[in-house]
Amino acid sequence: MDNIAGRKPALTWAVHISVVALVLLWVLPTFGLLVSSFRTGDQISTSGWWRALTTQEQQLSPIRLSGTESPVDGAYVIEGNLFSNSRQVSAWGISSKEPQAFGPGQEADLGNGQRLSVDEAGVFRLTSATSLKDVRLPRVFVTAATPPEFTLRNYQTVLFTPSAGQSIGQAFLNTLTVAIPATIIPILIAAFAAYALAWMDFPGRALLVAAVVGLLVVPLQLALIPLLQFHNAIGIGKGYLGIWLAHTGFGLPLAIYLLRNYMVGLPRDIIENARVDGATEFQIFLKIILPLSFPALASFAIFQFLWTWNDLLVALVFLGTGNDQLVLTGTLVNLLGSRGGDWEILATSAFVSIAVPLLVFFAMQKYLVRGLLAGSVK
Amino acid sequence: MHPAIQAVLTIAIGVGGCVGYFFASNLLIDKVLFPARGPNSGRNITRANLIRPWLFLLPALIALGLYLAYPVFATFWLSLNQQRAGNVSEFVGLANYSAMMAEPKFWESLRNNMLWLVVVPALATMFGLLAAQLTDRIWWGNIAKSLIFMPMAISFVGASVIWKLIYDTRPAGQDQIGILNALYLWFGGTEPQTWLTLPFWNNFFLMIVLIWIQAGFAMVILSAALRAIPEETIEAAILDGANPFQIFFRIKVPQIKGTIVVVWTTITITVLKVFDIVLAMTNGQWETQVLANYMFDKLFRAGDWGVGSASAMVIMLLVTPILIWNVTNARKEMR
Repeated sequence: MDNIAGRKPALTWAVHISVVALVLLWVLPTFGLLVSSFRTGDQISTSGWWRALTTQEQQLSPIRLSGTESPVDGAYVIEGNLFSNSRQVSAWGISSKEPQAFGPGQEADLGNGQRLSVDEAGVFRLTSATSLKDVRLPRVFVTAATPPEFTLRNYQTVLFTPSAGQSIGQAFLNTLTVAIPATIIPILIAAFAAYALAWMDFPGRALLVAAVVGLLVVPLQLALIPLLQFHNAIGIGKGYLGIWLAHTGFGLPLAIYLLRNYMVGLPRDIIENARVDGATEFQIFLKIILPLSFPALASFAIFQFLWTWNDLLVALVFLGTGNDQLVLTGTLVNLLGSRGGDWEILATSAFVSIAVPLLVFFAMQKYLVRGLLAGSVK
Repeated sequence: MHPAIQAVLTIAIGVGGCVGYFFASNLLIDKVLFPARGPNSGRNITRANLIRPWLFLLPALIALGLYLAYPVFATFWLSLNQQRAGNVSEFVGLANYSAMMAEPKFWESLRNNMLWLVVVPALATMFGLLAAQLTDRIWWGNIAKSLIFMPMAISFVGASVIWKLIYDTRPAGQDQIGILNALYLWFGGTEPQTWLTLPFWNNFFLMIVLIWIQAGFAMVILSAALRAIPEETIEAAILDGANPFQIFFRIKVPQIKGTIVVVWTTITITVLKVFDIVLAMTNGQWETQVLANYMFDKLFRAGDWGVGSASAMVIMLLVTPILIWNVTNARKEMR
């Protein structure tokens, strides 16, 4: 039946093209940020990422001349190259007002008997009547054609050089510290409860299942202040223990719901045979139910990991906003505020924070899809 | 103590504690309290089986009660009280609610939330359905699905950074680095726009981020539903000469209506709680405030717990119809 469209080639093509368009629309935003994270700040702020592969004419940030002088014919000369890599100068200038005043090879009079020339390859020659020792050398404004260039320096900066106390490396560790216990602890608690709700008969069972379904949608916004008060009252205050407990509580309804739905579907024979053979409920749970429920456990673990890794609100409230307590999302929000224009820092930091969930996503997509289907389609 | 060591210890205590609790309590009930031997063995087994479910449920019930059920009532109580200096609170009835209603920012948040509620679930479901239907027909459909599904793994904050680069604005005359402005100028726009500060329309630019994230979720679920449609119904339609559009809208969509409703409501709940995107992109400036961010503002920036809790109760109120509907459905299934 899949080839209804297949009979009409034009329609097949339309489908292919539409899907390509959809996929591009969904992938390009992320791809743009990824490309940007490998470009230098200059490049990002002067040209769109989609032009990263083309040679571009752009005005570079001002370069201060440097070099050692040598006496030539009674004058002093400094020679050198403005660039460390190959670029083509198309215009240059000596003031920010006229950054393109001179062409390559022309000579500029800087006053004080100083003259400067810059050629096409960026080789400059500064001559002066007086010694230039201990004198601040002039800056040059250069417009040059720059070949495409990609660098890993942003990642180095972001991960290993903390700036202004906002270290992505530290935030990465904090996030990991939050996410892993918050993923593992709810699983067991939920699994036991789910087994009771699925396979044990007791009064009030239906009511409890309905309550879990109801709690699934309670907005956690309501929990913030009462729980903060509660944590303060029992002496936990703000910190890792508090956030682990909070994530455990907030994750439980989904965990119980997913696991119960899965366990109900397990074959009744296995469990009843085991009961007849004299296994205790505890043994049945450990030896039969848990191993059989592995796919559901994996689904929930992925959900909970993605959710705790990506969460901002719970971390802000229960962990605090100090620089050494911030998780990746919190650091990103701060960076957006304080360094909103530094796209090389922002793009790279964002990618560091996205990398782990994306890895988990692509590695375990099967379980994620299965969990989604079990969780919402009944 | 280093947080990493604390984390490992907590995992050990958490997991060990759970296993220990379940093991010890089962042992206690089977061997000590109601042993399944002696003259009363039959009665003992029945009694043990009466108590056991509650042993299995106890930790989960405590956590659920304390972390989700109790806060609903506590927040309601907080919303009826006013914090006074010196850590005392005073019962003020509905004063917090009327104070909130008097604020234009609250009405702006409510209006924007309603806008989000209409636009995001509709468009996310629509794109999801489109993607599900189209990718089912081509050989590389699974790769396409995987890529459209990918934003699901990205945090709301990360997605905000991604889209902020798209909406970026450079002064007129410079090269635009945001693709939206670049396209806008290329298609004949006169000067670059600062998209996020255009009142009213900026709401839609924020919504696009959430639609982008949620469409993959809708696609995955709707695609499974589409596959579950009985082949015969489609075959019959083809024999009757229906064209692909008729098959889609008249045969397929009506059969997956239930799933569409589920997807729609799930996204609706996400929308009601949307907070990170607004905080990261505009922080509620330029008339983009939403309820969850308004509440966060009140609670943690203004320190006004009364009004903050009142606005949290408004979110709860908006969720309640879905909550009731879900619970009713769950109870129907149990029977």
